[in-house]
Amino acid sequence: MSIDTTTSVSLSVRDVHLAFGPNRVLRGVDLEVARGRTACVIGPSGSGKSTLLRTINRLIEPDRGDVLLDGRSVLRDDPDALRQRVGMVFQQFNLFPHMSVLRNITLALRRIRRLSEDEAVAVARTQLELVGLAAKADARPAHLSGGQQQRVAIARALALQPQVMLFDEATSALDPELVKGVLALMAELSAGGMTMVVVTHEMGFAREVADSVAFMDRGVVLEAGEPAAIFERAEHPRLRRFLSQVL
Amino acid sequence: MDPLSTLWETFFDWDSMREALPEMLTVGLPNTLILAVSAALLGSVLGMLLAIAGISRTRWLRWPARVYTDIFRGLPAAATILLIGVGLAPLGMQVWGPDPYPLGILALSLIAAAYIGEIFRSGIQSVEAAQLEGARALGFSWGEAMRLVIVPQGIRRVLPAWVNQLIALIKDSSLVYFLGLVASQRELFRIGQDYAATTGNESALLLAGLFYLALTVPLTHIVNWIDRRLRHGRPTTAPDDDDLDLALPGALGGSQR
Repeated sequence: MSIDTTTSVSLSVRDVHLAFGPNRVLRGVDLEVARGRTACVIGPSGSGKSTLLRTINRLIEPDRGDVLLDGRSVLRDDPDALRQRVGMVFQQFNLFPHMSVLRNITLALRRIRRLSEDEAVAVARTQLELVGLAAKADARPAHLSGGQQQRVAIARALALQPQVMLFDEATSALDPELVKGVLALMAELSAGGMTMVVVTHEMGFAREVADSVAFMDRGVVLEAGEPAAIFERAEHPRLRRFLSQVL
Repeated sequence: MDPLSTLWETFFDWDSMREALPEMLTVGLPNTLILAVSAALLGSVLGMLLAIAGISRTRWLRWPARVYTDIFRGLPAAATILLIGVGLAPLGMQVWGPDPYPLGILALSLIAAAYIGEIFRSGIQSVEAAQLEGARALGFSWGEAMRLVIVPQGIRRVLPAWVNQLIALIKDSSLVYFLGLVASQRELFRIGQDYAATTGNESALLLAGLFYLALTVPLTHIVNWIDRRLRHGRPTTAPDDDDLDLALPGALGGSQR
C-alpha cells in the first residue's frame, strides 16, 4: 500500500509580488520545483515564507507574477478548483474540532469529490492507515496528540490526491518529542514522489530530505540551491548569519 | 381568620388549583407550547438569516440586519406584540380569519429573532479564522466552508445562550393574551388569570406559575449541562503519544522517482 503520487506535477512560482498596504511582503519571488521533488523554504520569521505558500494555492491572491502547475498558469483557474489540486498542511493543523477524525477526511471527499459515503470512508480509512492512525478514526481531534493531529491533517490533504503539497511550518506547534513522527511521514511522502514545498525551521529535514533549499529574507529568495550548497557553501552574508543563528 | 392563614389561602387554596388544573393541562399547556415552539423555530431560522446577513461582506445585508436588531431588541415585547397583533389583524383576517395565534407567533418570532441573531452572530464570529482557511484550502467555497465548518462550530459555542432565549420565549408567550383570546385559545397565564379574577384567589395563577417553572427550570439545567459539556468535552480518553515508535518505514511504499 502506498500513497498515490502519480498525480504530482511540477510547480513554478515566477516573480510573485504582494503588498499589504505599504508593507511589501513578497518582492518578486521565484521558485522552481520539478515534478516529484521537494523544495524547502527557510528564512527568518516575517520573511514572507508562509505568505508565499498561500499565493501558490491562492488563499492570498498575488498582486503580480505567475504560478504554474505542470507548466500552466493557475491564476485564471477557479480558485476553489485549484485548491482541490494543491494540498496544504498548516502549523496549527486546522482540523475541524466538531467532527471525528474520519469525518474530517471524508467531508471534502463527499462534498467536493462527490464520492458516496462508503467510497469516502474507504478512502479515508486507507489514508489513516498510511499515517498510522487507523485506530483513531472515530476520535475527536482534541483527543489526539499534536503529532497525531498533524498526521490526520496530512491524511486529509492526501485523500484528495493533490498534485502538489504545501507544508506551512507543519511541526512548529508540536512538542519536541512529537516532531519526529511528522517529519518521518513527510520524508516518506517526499521519497514517494510527491511534489512538495515545505516551509520549515527544521534545518535537519531541509538538509536531508529536500532536493533544493530556498532562503527567503524580506520578501525575496536571496539564495537557492541544493541543500549541500546552501548549508555548506552559503554565499550571501544574510544566509550565513541566519544559519549561524539556527544551526 | 388570622392574616397568615388568609395569605396561605390566597396562594395555596388547593380547591382553586384543582378546579383550574384540568383546563391548564388540556388547553393552557398545549397552547403555551404551540406558541413557544412555533416562535422558537421561526425565530431561530430568522435569527440565523440575520446572523449571516450581519457578517456579510455587503453592507446592503449588514445594514438592514443591524437596523432590524436595534428595533426589535429595543422595543418592549408588549408593544411589539400589540403593534403586530392588532395592527396587522385586518390583514390577517383576510388570510386566516380571526385567530390571533399566527400574528402572535409572528410577533414573538420577530422579537426572538433579534436576540437569537445576535447570539448566533457572536458564535460564528468567535470561530478562529484558521478554520475558514483550513476549509478553503481543501477546495470548499466560502459558502460551503461557512455552512459545513464555521457555522456548526459557532452555533455549538452559543447553545447555552440560545436555550436561555427559548426560556425567555416561553415566558413571553404569555403576552399574546393582549390580542384577545377565546376560551379554547387561552394559554397557561390567561387561564390562571381568569380563574384568579373570578374567584379573587391567586392560587390558580400560582399554579400557572408552577407550570412555567416546570417548563423553564429543566431547560436551565439543560443549559448548564450543555455548558459543562462544551467546557470539558465528553468523557475523554487521554491522547497516547505513539508518535515516536510509529512504524513508518515501508508504510508509504518505495521510491517512485
